[in-house]
Amino acid sequence: MYQKIMVPVDLAHQDRLSKALDTAADLAKHYGGSLHFVGVTTGTPSEVAHTPAEYAEKLKAFAEAEGAKRGLTADSKAYTSHDPAVDLSEKLLQAIDDSGCDLVVMASHLPGLPEHVFASHAGAVASHTGVSVFVVR
Amino acid sequence: MSDQDALTPDGAANQIETDYEVGQDNIQPSIGPFGFDIHNPVFMISGLTIIVFVAFALIFPGYAADLFGWLRPALTSTFDWFFLLAGDIFVVLALVLMVSPLGKVRLGGKEATPDYGYAGWFAMLFAAGMGIGLMFFGVSEPISHFSSSVAEGAGSPDSWAPLAGAAGNADEARRLGMAATIFHWGLHPWAIYAIVALALALFAYNKGLPLSIRSIFYPIFGERVWGWTGHVIDTLAVFATLFGLATSLGIGAQQANAGLNFLFGIPESDLSMVVLICAITAIALVSVVAGLDAGVKRLSEINMVLAALLLLFVIVVGSTTAILTGFFQNLLAYGEYLPALSNPFGRDDANFSQGWTSFYWAWWISWSPFVGMFIARVSRGRSVREFIFCVLLIPSIVSVLWMTAFGGTAITLVEGGVTEIADAALELKLFAMLAELPLAAITSFVGIVLVIVFFVTSSDSGSLVIDTITAGGKVDAPVPQRVFWATFEGLVAIALLLGGGLVALQAAAVSTGLPFAVVLLLGCYGLVKGLMSEPR
Repeated sequence: MYQKIMVPVDLAHQDRLSKALDTAADLAKHYGGSLHFVGVTTGTPSEVAHTPAEYAEKLKAFAEAEGAKRGLTADSKAYTSHDPAVDLSEKLLQAIDDSGCDLVVMASHLPGLPEHVFASHAGAVASHTGVSVFVVR
Repeated sequence: MSDQDALTPDGAANQIETDYEVGQDNIQPSIGPFGFDIHNPVFMISGLTIIVFVAFALIFPGYAADLFGWLRPALTSTFDWFFLLAGDIFVVLALVLMVSPLGKVRLGGKEATPDYGYAGWFAMLFAAGMGIGLMFFGVSEPISHFSSSVAEGAGSPDSWAPLAGAAGNADEARRLGMAATIFHWGLHPWAIYAIVALALALFAYNKGLPLSIRSIFYPIFGERVWGWTGHVIDTLAVFATLFGLATSLGIGAQQANAGLNFLFGIPESDLSMVVLICAITAIALVSVVAGLDAGVKRLSEINMVLAALLLLFVIVVGSTTAILTGFFQNLLAYGEYLPALSNPFGRDDANFSQGWTSFYWAWWISWSPFVGMFIARVSRGRSVREFIFCVLLIPSIVSVLWMTAFGGTAITLVEGGVTEIADAALELKLFAMLAELPLAAITSFVGIVLVIVFFVTSSDSGSLVIDTITAGGKVDAPVPQRVFWATFEGLVAIALLLGGGLVALQAAAVSTGLPFAVVLLLGCYGLVKGLMSEPR
C-alpha cells in the first residue's frame, strides 16, 4: 500500500527519533516500500553542520546507516530554509511533492497550550497535504 | 534559494578548526508550557540587566531623566574625536576592501549562490538600516543645518552650524546644510553596517563559526571567545541592539503621534505614545511569528514600495528639475565638505560635531550589531565586492536622493517664505512640508503609515537578531523566544520614554555605542585577518 515513506529527521535530536524510525521501518518492511529521509537546515552554521553541503552529507550518511541497519532501501534529501523555526512545515510539504512519497511518518511532541498559538509542524503538515501522515508521539 | 543548492558543494572556503559546536553552551529550560533554547549565560545577563535598567528608569523617573540628560552630552563631547575617528576608519577600510583583491572572496564559499534576489535583499537591508530615521530627519535635519548656517553669528561658538556656517549666504548655507545631512546618512553609517555585516557573514558562512558577534574575534582571542571574553562581547551587542532599537522606536512613536495629532487631532501624550508602541509591537509580533520570508521580508518590500512612491511623489510635484540637478549639486557639495566634516581633531563647531555627528556615529554604532547581523543573515552567496558596493554605495546614493528630495524641497519652501516648516517641531517638519504640497491629506497619511511600517520592520528584524545572539548563534530557536524579545523591546521603549523621554533613549544608545565602538575597531582587525586567509 505504501511504496515510499518519507521520514523528516532532526539530526540535532536523534535520540528523540527512535520511535518514529522504528515505526517507519516496520511499515516499510510490511508493505515492501522504501524510506526517504528529509532534513531541513539553515544557511548559517548549526549544531549539526557548518554548511548546507556538510549537512546534506551527514543526512546521506544517516540514511545509508539506517537503510543498512534495517535492510531497507533508503535515500535522503536536504533542504535549506532561511527560518526553519517557522518555515519547517512549508519545506516538508515541498519535500512531499518533490519525493512523491505516499506516507509521512514524523515525530512530534505532545501538544499543549502553546499549540493553540503556534501550530506544531506535524499538525501543519497533516492538514495541508493529500498523503497520509502518521504522527508519532 | 532552490533546494538543489543544499546539495551542491559551496566550494572552497577556509574553515576555522575549533572544537566548539554551535549551541553547546545552550540550556533548554521550560517556562510554563513554552520550551526555550538559550545561551547560558548571555541570555540571563542581558535580560536581567535590562530589567534592572528599565525598573530604575520607571521607579526614579526624575533622577533617571537628570542622569540621562547629563550622560548623553558628556559622552558625545568627551569622546567626539573617538567616534569621528572610528567612523572614518570604517569608511576607509570598507572602500579599500572593495577595490582590493580581497573583494573577490565570496560569502559562503567560492561556489555559493545568493539566497535572495536583489529586490528582496535590498528592501530588507534598507528597511533595517535607516528606517524611521529617514522619515524623522529627512526634512528636519537639512532645515536645521540650513537655518543655523544662514543665521547671523553662524560659526560663533554658540552656533549649531556645521563648520564655519555661511551667515547670510543662502546658497552656500543650502549646500552646506545638504552636505552635512548627507554626511550623516551617507557613507559613514553604511560603512559601519557593511563592516559589521561582512565580518559576521564571513565568520559564519566561510569559517563555520556561530552567527554571533563573538565569532569575529576568533582571530584575536582564539578559543577564549567561547568563554567570558565572548560572553561580554555578545552581551554588549545585545545591549547596543536593544537600546539602539528602543531609541528608534521612541523617535518613531513620537513622530507617528505628532503626525496623527496633525492629521486627526489625536492628543500628543504619553498615553498615545504607549498605545502606539503597543499596537506597533503587536504588528511586529505577527511579523516575527510569520518568519523571515513571510513576515519580515514581505513587510520590508511593502515598506520599500511605499517609500519609493512617496519619494517619487515629492520629486514629481516638487520642483522636479531642481531636485534632479540638486542631486548632483548635493553630491558635489558632499564630496567637497567631506574632508572637513569628517575631521576628528581641532573642530571649531563643537555644537555640531558633538551634538549631531558624534551622536549619530554613536547611534549608528549601537545599531550596527543589529543591522549588521540582519544583513549578514540575508547575504549568503554575495562576493565581498558586490556586498560592499550594494551595502555601502547604493544606499548612500539613495540617501542623497532622499535627502535632496525632502530636504531640498523643504529648504526651497522656507526660502520662499513658508516659515511654518522652519518653526515646526522636529517631528512635525515632515508633515509641515507635505502640507505645502498637493494631496497633503493622502501623503501625510502615507507618511504616518511609513513611519509605522518602518517601526515594525526595525522591531521584527531586531528581535530576530537579539534572539540569535542570545541563543548562541542558532537561527532556529523556538518561536516563543523571539516573541519574548519583540515584547521586551516595546517595553524598554515605553519605559525609557516615560522615564526621561527621548533624551533617555538617546543616552542609552550613546552609552552602549561607546564600548561597542572599541569592540568594532578590534573587529576590523579580525575581519581583515579572516579575509586574508580565504581562497580568492
